[in-house]
Amino acid sequence: MNIRLSKVFERCKQEGHAALIGYLTAGDPDIATSGELLQALADQTDILEIGMPFSDPMADGPVIQAASERALEAGVHIDDVFALTRSVRETHPDLGIVLMGYANVPYAMGFETFAEKAQDAGADAVLIVDIPPEEGHICDAALKKHDLDRILLLSPTSTDERIRLASENGSGFIYYVSLTGITGADMGDIDLIRNKVAHIQSMSDMPVCVGFGIKTPDQAAQVAQFADGVVVGSHFVSRISEAGCNDDILASLLNSAGNMRKAVSSVSAGARA
Amino acid sequence: MNASCQYTDFASMYDLEIKHAPDAGGHFGRFGGRFAAETLMQPLKEIEEAFFEAWNDDSFHAERLQLLENYVGRATPLYHAERLSKAFGGAQIYLKREDLTHTGAHKINNTIGQGLLARRMGKKRVIAETGAGQHGVATATVAAMFGMACDIYMGREDMARQMPNVLRMRLLGANVIPVDSGTATLKDAVNEALRNWVATCENTFYIFGTAAGPHPYPLLVRQFHTVIGQEARAQILKQAGRLPDVAVACVGGGSNAMGLLHPFRDDASVRLVAVEAAGYGLSTGKHAASLAAGKAGILHGNLTFLLEDEEGQVMGTHSISAGLDYPGVGPELAFMLEEGRLQLDAATDDEALEALQLLTRSEGIIPALESSHALAAGTRIAKTMDTDQIVLINLSGRGDKDMNTVFKHLGWLENES
Repeated sequence: MNIRLSKVFERCKQEGHAALIGYLTAGDPDIATSGELLQALADQTDILEIGMPFSDPMADGPVIQAASERALEAGVHIDDVFALTRSVRETHPDLGIVLMGYANVPYAMGFETFAEKAQDAGADAVLIVDIPPEEGHICDAALKKHDLDRILLLSPTSTDERIRLASENGSGFIYYVSLTGITGADMGDIDLIRNKVAHIQSMSDMPVCVGFGIKTPDQAAQVAQFADGVVVGSHFVSRISEAGCNDDILASLLNSAGNMRKAVSSVSAGARA
Repeated sequence: MNASCQYTDFASMYDLEIKHAPDAGGHFGRFGGRFAAETLMQPLKEIEEAFFEAWNDDSFHAERLQLLENYVGRATPLYHAERLSKAFGGAQIYLKREDLTHTGAHKINNTIGQGLLARRMGKKRVIAETGAGQHGVATATVAAMFGMACDIYMGREDMARQMPNVLRMRLLGANVIPVDSGTATLKDAVNEALRNWVATCENTFYIFGTAAGPHPYPLLVRQFHTVIGQEARAQILKQAGRLPDVAVACVGGGSNAMGLLHPFRDDASVRLVAVEAAGYGLSTGKHAASLAAGKAGILHGNLTFLLEDEEGQVMGTHSISAGLDYPGVGPELAFMLEEGRLQLDAATDDEALEALQLLTRSEGIIPALESSHALAAGTRIAKTMDTDQIVLINLSGRGDKDMNTVFKHLGWLENES
C-alpha cells in the first residue's frame, strides 16, 4: 500500500473524522482555471481525485460527462493531466491523490508508461472504472511496480464473492458506490448504505469510502458517521457547469468545499461507529 | 423453392454445440473480456449463467426454434443470383436472404434469443441501443410479443436518417429515447443504454445488438446468429453440391458477420471476408473501418480494435449506413483477423449505393445499405474468380428503411439538397 495514502487515513482517524475526498475533471473548463480549482479543492480535502477526460464516460451522469467534453474541447491531453497533478503535489505534500478515469486512455499509452508518469507526477493511486478485478492482469503489475494503489469499487450489487475479490486485489481504500446508477444521481437509502458499508468493513481491512450522489453537507455528514471517507464529485463539478458568465467559479467552489469540509469534520469521533 | 421444405425436421439443421468458445472470462485470445463497471459485473454474471443453463435446456431451443420457424420465417432462402453473377462474369453469387425475415433484417435472430432469456430471468423490461434502427425494431417486436416494457436508445443523428424505423418502434409500443451526448450516433446510444442499465439492472434486461460488449454478449449474440451460416452451409451443399469458395458479410459490430462466417470457420477451404464501411474512403479518415484502420483498445466492456486518436479518445466515425457507423468491432472478429482466419475488405458510401442499385435492377431485390457494402465487395471479388466458383454473400437486411437516404443521394427529393 502506498504510504502517503495510508497516512491520510491514519491522520483522519486520529483527528476523529472521515476523510473528505473531492473530485474534479482535469482541464475543466480549461487548463489554467482547472489548475486554480484543483489547488483550492486540495486545500479543503484529504484526498483529491483527478479525473482523466475521456470521450465515452459510460459510468458518469450528465454533469461529469459535460466536464469531460469541456476538457477535451479545451484541448486537454493526458500530459496536461500529469502536469496539473504535479502542480497540486508540489503545494500539497501530504494530500492523497487518485487519478480516476477509464481504461482506454492508460491502455493507449501503455500501463507501464502511464504508471511511471503517474508516479512521477505525484499520484498515489489509480481508479479505473472499467477494469474490474477480473481484468486486473492488464494493469496490476505496472501499478504495483510504481507504488500506485489500485482503488476498486464495490456497489449494492456486489456479492460476498466480489467483496473478497476487491479486498484481495485492491489496495488503498475501497470505493463504495452508494447507488445502482451513474455519478450524480440521487443518493441511495442511508440505512442500506450504512448496512452494506458495515458488512464490507467486516470483510476487509481497507478503509471504505462512499461516493456517488452525495450533494449536500447534510448527506456528507450522514455518511461521515460510518464511512472512512466521503467522496463528493458531481456537486463540485456543478460549480463549474452552473456558473454564469459573471460568476466567480473559484469562490463558488471554495464555498462548497468549505461547507463539505465543515460537515465531514463536524461529525465527532463519538458519533462515528 | 422454399428452403425449409427440404427438411423434414427443421431443428435438425442446427448444430447446438458451442464451438470456439472464449475462456471463462470471455477472452478470445487477447481480445474480449469483461471491462465493465462494478455494478454491472454481477448482472453480467447472472446473464452468463442463465445463458449456459438455457443453452443446455432442450425446452429453450424447442421454443426458440419454433419461434424462428413460425414467427421469424426461418429458414431464410439461399438464392442463386444468376443475373447478378453474369453481370460480373465471374463466380456464381449466392445470397443468404436475411432480408426476408420478419422485421426485415437478421437482428431478430438475436432478439428472440435474448428476449427468451430475459423472460426466463423474470425481467419485465428490456432496453437496447440501435444505430440503423433494425436492432431497435427487432427488440421492440419481441418486447411486444412477450409483453415487456421497452426503451430504445438511439442517437439523434441516426433518428433523423432512419425515421421510418423510429416510427415503427413507437408503433410497436417502444419508447425511443434520443441520445445527444458525444457524436449522437450508435456508440453514444450504447453509452446511454449502459448508463440506464446500471440504474435498472434489477428488473431490466439489456438486449445487446451486436457480437461485442462485455462477456457474455459476444458469445451469446454469435450463438443466436449462427443459424444464418448453419442454414447457408446446408443449403449450398444441397443446391450446389459443395461449399462456397468465399463467404462475405458486412461488419459494423459484427453480428451478421459472425452469424454467417462462424459456421464456416473450420472449413479451411472457405475464405471468410469481412467488409467494413470505408465511408468517403479509408484515406480520408472519414470511415468506420475499425479492423482495417483501428488499434487495440477498450470500449463498451471489451478489448477490441477501435478507431481512436493517439491518446485513446474514441473518434467519430462516418458511414452512409447507420448500422455500420461504429468505432469498435466484435472481439472475436479481431481475434480471427489476428489469427489470419479473416480477410478484410471495405466498400465506400458510393460503392455501396452503386451495389444497391445494381442488385435492385438485376434481381429485383432492394438490399439495406449495410448489406450493400457486402455486395459491393463480394461482387468485386466474384469478378476475379472463375464461373464454376462460388461466392456466398449475406444479404443481412432489406432496404426499405434506407429509401430516403438513397433518394436523396440520387437527387430524387427535390425539396432536399
